[in-house]
Formats: sequence, C-alpha cells, structure tokens
Amino acid sequence: MIALYFVLMAIVAVAAFTVGAARGRRLQAAGLRLHSLPAYHGLFLAALCTVPMMVAIAAWAPLAPRYVESSAIAALPEAARPTTGLERDARLREIVLSAEGRLTGPAAANVEAAGRAYLSAQTTSKTVLIIAGILAALAAFSWGLPRVSADFRARNRFETFTLVVLIACSAVAVLTTLGIVSSVLFETLRFFQRYPWWDFLFGLQWSPQTAIRADQVGASGSFGAVPLFVGTSLIMVIAMLVAGPIGLFSAIYMSEYATPRFRSLAKPLLEVLAGIPTVVFGFFAALTVAPFIRRAGEALGLSVASESALAAGLVMGVMIIPFVSSLSDDVINAVPQSLRDGSYAMGSTKAETIKRVILPAALPGIVSAFMLAISRAVGETMIVVMAAGLAGNLTFNPLEAVTTVTVQIKTLLTGDQEFDSAKTLSAFALGFVLFFFTLTLNVIALRIVRKYREQYD
Amino acid sequence: MVTDHPETFHNQGPTTVNRMADLTMPLTPAAGLFTANEAKVTARDVTVHYGEKQALFGVSIDIPERSVTAFIGPSGCGKSTFLRCINRMNDTIPICRVAGEIRIDGADIYDRRLDPVLLRARVGMVFQKPNPFPKSIYENVAYGPRIHGTTTSRQELDEVVETSLRKAGLWDEVKDRLDQPGTGLSGGQQQRLCIARAIAVGPEVILMDEPCSALDPIATARIEELIFELARNFTIVIVTHSMQQAARVSQQTAFFHLGHLVEYGATEQIFTAPSDTRTQDYITGRFG
Repeated sequence: MIALYFVLMAIVAVAAFTVGAARGRRLQAAGLRLHSLPAYHGLFLAALCTVPMMVAIAAWAPLAPRYVESSAIAALPEAARPTTGLERDARLREIVLSAEGRLTGPAAANVEAAGRAYLSAQTTSKTVLIIAGILAALAAFSWGLPRVSADFRARNRFETFTLVVLIACSAVAVLTTLGIVSSVLFETLRFFQRYPWWDFLFGLQWSPQTAIRADQVGASGSFGAVPLFVGTSLIMVIAMLVAGPIGLFSAIYMSEYATPRFRSLAKPLLEVLAGIPTVVFGFFAALTVAPFIRRAGEALGLSVASESALAAGLVMGVMIIPFVSSLSDDVINAVPQSLRDGSYAMGSTKAETIKRVILPAALPGIVSAFMLAISRAVGETMIVVMAAGLAGNLTFNPLEAVTTVTVQIKTLLTGDQEFDSAKTLSAFALGFVLFFFTLTLNVIALRIVRKYREQYD
Repeated sequence: MVTDHPETFHNQGPTTVNRMADLTMPLTPAAGLFTANEAKVTARDVTVHYGEKQALFGVSIDIPERSVTAFIGPSGCGKSTFLRCINRMNDTIPICRVAGEIRIDGADIYDRRLDPVLLRARVGMVFQKPNPFPKSIYENVAYGPRIHGTTTSRQELDEVVETSLRKAGLWDEVKDRLDQPGTGLSGGQQQRLCIARAIAVGPEVILMDEPCSALDPIATARIEELIFELARNFTIVIVTHSMQQAARVSQQTAFFHLGHLVEYGATEQIFTAPSDTRTQDYITGRFG
C-alpha cells in the first residue's frame, strides 16, 4: 500500500510535468512570449503536486500507528485493557501476532477480535492516506494549472523549490550530527551522575569491571580515562611518525619527480593500501609485526610485550600512508605551474623550488591531509584490539601493551549489556570525550593553516 | 648549489663543426645597423621539437647588449619557444628537444658542463601572467638572493630588496607594506614585483614573455617605461603580440612566422621598410 503511494506520487509528478509543459508549449505556439520555458512550467507543476503528497505521508507516518494501536486496544473488552505502558506493549505484541496469524497456541477470543480491529484500522489508515494524497495533489494541480501563463515566473519558482530541497539535504547532515552528539551527550551526563567527572577525566586507573555481587573482587569499577587517552595518543604519534614522512615524501616524489607513466601506475597501487580491511591489517599486526618486534627487542636485550603499542602504531601508520600521500599529492599538483616556472626561472633547483615555493603553497592541503590521517588513527579500533592489547596501562613506553579509547568502547559495548550501569554508560562518556578530542585537533589545525597559509590566487 | 641537473636533450650535432665561422658571420644585411652594442646572445640554427612536432626551424640571431629586442609574430609562431631556449626553461618540459647552438658572451649555454641553474641566475625571466610567490612582498624579492646566497647579512639583503624594488619602480608604492602578501597587489604591481624579483638575482639578460598581456593600458604604460629604463643596465628580450609595444620599446625587432625567423633588424626599419612580404602583411594587419 505504501509502495503504491510512492508509485502514485511518481505518476502524479510525470503527469503534472507533461500537462504543465504541454500547456506552456501551447501558449508558445499561440505566439506568446513566455517568461519561462515550457519545461519549467512542467517542473513547477510537478513540484507543486508532489510536495503536498510528501507532506501528507510525513504527517501520516507518526499519526497512523497511534490510531491503529489505540483502535486495537479499544476493541478489547473493558476488563482486559492494559493499565501500564509495559502491559500495553505486551498486549499489543500479542494482538499483532494474532492479526498476522503467527501466534503460537490458541488466541483468546478478545485478542482475536482486537487483531481484526487492528487489521481493519490499518487498512482504513492507508486508504485515508491515499485518498488524502490524491486530493492534495488534485487541489494543488487545480490551483497551479490556471497559473501557467505567459507572464508566470515558473523558472524562478522552481529554482526556489530547488534551493529549498538543497537546504533540506544539508540540514539532514547537520541535524544528524547534532542528534548523534546530543544522544551521546545525554548518556554521558547520566554516567557523570553515577561517577564524578573529575575522576573520569583525570583518574589514572582504568578498570571498568563492576561486580554483580557486592563481595566480588573489583567490586567498584574505576573509570580514570587518562591511561586510555595516553594510549591513544601514543599509538597516534607512532602511526603519524610512520605515515607523515613516508606519505609526504612519496607524495612529493609522485607529483614532482616521477614520470607520468610511473605515477599513473604507482598511485592506484598505493591507494589499494587504503582499501585493505582494517581487520586484515589487524592480524598482520598481531601475527607478524608484533612477534617480529618482540624478537628484535629480545635480541637487543629489551623486554617487549607480545602486544605492544609499537606494533599497532607501525601497522596503523602503514594503513594511513595512502591518506597522507594521496591527498598531499593532489594538493601539490594543484599548485600552479606558473609558480614552479617563476622559481626555476630565477635559478632555483628543483629541491629549492619544492621546499620554498611548492610546499608552503600547498601547506593548508597538506595539514588537512594530516588531520584526516590523525582522525583515522584516533578512531581506528581493529588493529589496536588485535595488536596492542586491552590492558589499561598508563605508560609512554611504546614497547608495552596499551589500550585505546575506541578499544575500550568496543569492549564495554559488546556482549550483553545492562544500560543502567556505570560500566556501560562510561562508553558514552569515552565516545564524547574522544569526539571532543578530535574536534580540538581539527580546530588547532585550522588555526595553524590560517596563520601560515600562503594563498596563491 | 645542487648540480645534478640532468643534461637534457641537446643535440650537439652538425652545427658544432662550424661554430667559430658561424659566430663571425654577419646575420642579415640589417645587422650592421646596430653595431653600437656587442652581441650578448648569439643563436645559430636553433631548432626545437615538441615530441613529433617541430616548433622552430633553424633560428639564427644576434641579440645586442643593453638594448631591447622584441620578438613579434602571430600566435604559435615559435617566438615564446625561442625565448624559453635562451634560459633553458624548455628543459622543464619533458617532450621538448632543442638542437643548435646558443651562446651568451661566447659561452655555449647548452654545454654539457653548464648548470642550467646557474644560467638562469644570469638570464632572468618575467612571465605572461604575473606569478608572485604566495609570500610577502619582501620575501618575493629576497627569494633569489636567498637561494643563491649572494647576500651575507640581513642588512645587505634589505639593500638588495630596496634597490630591486626601486629599479622596478615599485618601491614607493610598497615600502610601507613589505610584509604583506605579494599576491594582494594589483596586476600591474604584481608584474613589477616579478621584475624586481628577477632583478634581485643580478641577471645580465632579462627575458619577458608577453609581460603586459594580462594588464590594463595604464599598467602596461608603466611596464613599458620600466623596460626602457632597464635597457640601460640589462639586455632585454621581449616577446609581444602588440606591434605598437614592439615599436615603442624596442631597438631591434625579430618577426617570427610558423617557426621561422623571417626577418630581423632595427625596429624602425622593420616597421617602415620590411624586406619580406610576410612581415609587411603582418605589420599592416593582413593576418595574425
């Protein structure tokens, strides 16, 4: 039924367009000079007729279930009506199952009756929707059609409509962000009701195990997030030490020195790195790199944990090389050739030109490439789960096991959850602080770019 | 200074055999008209290929010192290509091949042992579109002295910057805002900044590739005055599509057509009594 509604909407749109455009053409044929081309009259009518239909279904979507449910409950005898919300939900589930014939075991007579009422209410609501939609479209059409005249500014109207659609689309993105942030924010506030925020932000001990019985070991969880952020930063720094120079230098080679032939081969190959699933990088880190580092460390007389920040950081660095190199390569290529010519013409070498002219001009783009890579490193989970361990050690030693914010969020929220314990809620607090962390990094990067930017046009 | 520039596609073919004889040969009957100055740049039988396509056919020319030489001709006639041979800017184009011989002060600039980087410090260039670096006005002019290490102290550098800006006639306009970006200047000022930048390196020859084509008439007039001034100290070669400009600023004019140097002589003579009918057709506006 609902699919039918959308088909109907498409038909209405096409029909309105055809009629509008035809009418416009007829006016043109009659020798009138139209303000807008006939197609715009068609588009205007199509938009005019489909918008009320969309409004109708948007209004119907939240109202219909309420109507259907209440008419199903109303069909129950007075005595059987639920009193609490929980009871109402249970009864409704029973009614829906009975209506769909999926109820196991015999249904009570009154439930069966309510099921029938439920189905008929559903049919009624959908019929009402379709009739209302058609009526709305017809009303809009009969209002709009007489307007199609030589002087009517259909193009301007339709362009306004397009503008509104564009704004609506960008609003969806913005509102989604706001929604996610606020949902995390409220859970975070709930967490801080159970656990003091200063202990969370500045506590040095992370052990989120909370006991089921009061006499268990580790009965009180401790949620000091500092070790997690230190671990995250440590791995991020190691990853950027790998990806930063390698990515940037390969970008310089690709854009300034490599022959076009080599570049066209090597660049896609490098980008394949970005397409490898992180879980593959993860077992590469855990099964190849970590043992190798451990053996190498032992040979040098160092004690290396079998899961180390170094292993995770190195592999993560390799993973984000394409982000740095590909984006930097693009921005370096975007530096105008005239600047290179200007520099060469004054007798500077290629290296001097790159160092003093090209890189400064490409700096904003390079910084944003780095920021993207850092965000990626901070948000990365799989490699760290597999290669860096779960122990919340507060350490700056890259040879020890550390854990990161994302890994802990993943650990806290996998498996069976109770959504009213501090342990589960702490994941939201971690997520919120992490979000804040990357936001701060982005703001700092923007500031740096604005200060040192060299604009070339 | 890094000297690992790959020696590019210069073909030291048959032209090298008769080098000395070529140098002493008078070029055109008109050559005698401007013997006041010695030849600074001499080219013999220069040909240029872009891939398969030949862009220049055996160009030979003597460009006298401390004067303005204009290259004119319709679009695609090879005048800019030849200009870019004089400071080996064509080296930066991978598919470009230069053959023949170009000498500055008698030294072959396509010699294997010659570093194009050093050559370009002696032969400056100003481009069609002003291309100041996205740095401050001061840094734009100081760029050359910095990379060549020609100044030892900040004070000395300041002096070079000031002198260059003065010679380019820009000093009075920018002296209070040397720290502001060069890209913020007007088009004409940007072009004068580029000239100041080229002067700061201390070149002997300045090549200008249609330096006024992106400028309005007033800015153009200022640049032309400047070119006239600069000719007292520098050898200037200017490519222009404006015949009036060539007539106004240059002492010698060379007319290029379809990759050939058709006619070369004193500007006055080229514009009043051209010997080739193609030159005549061009300057009277019959084509181009």
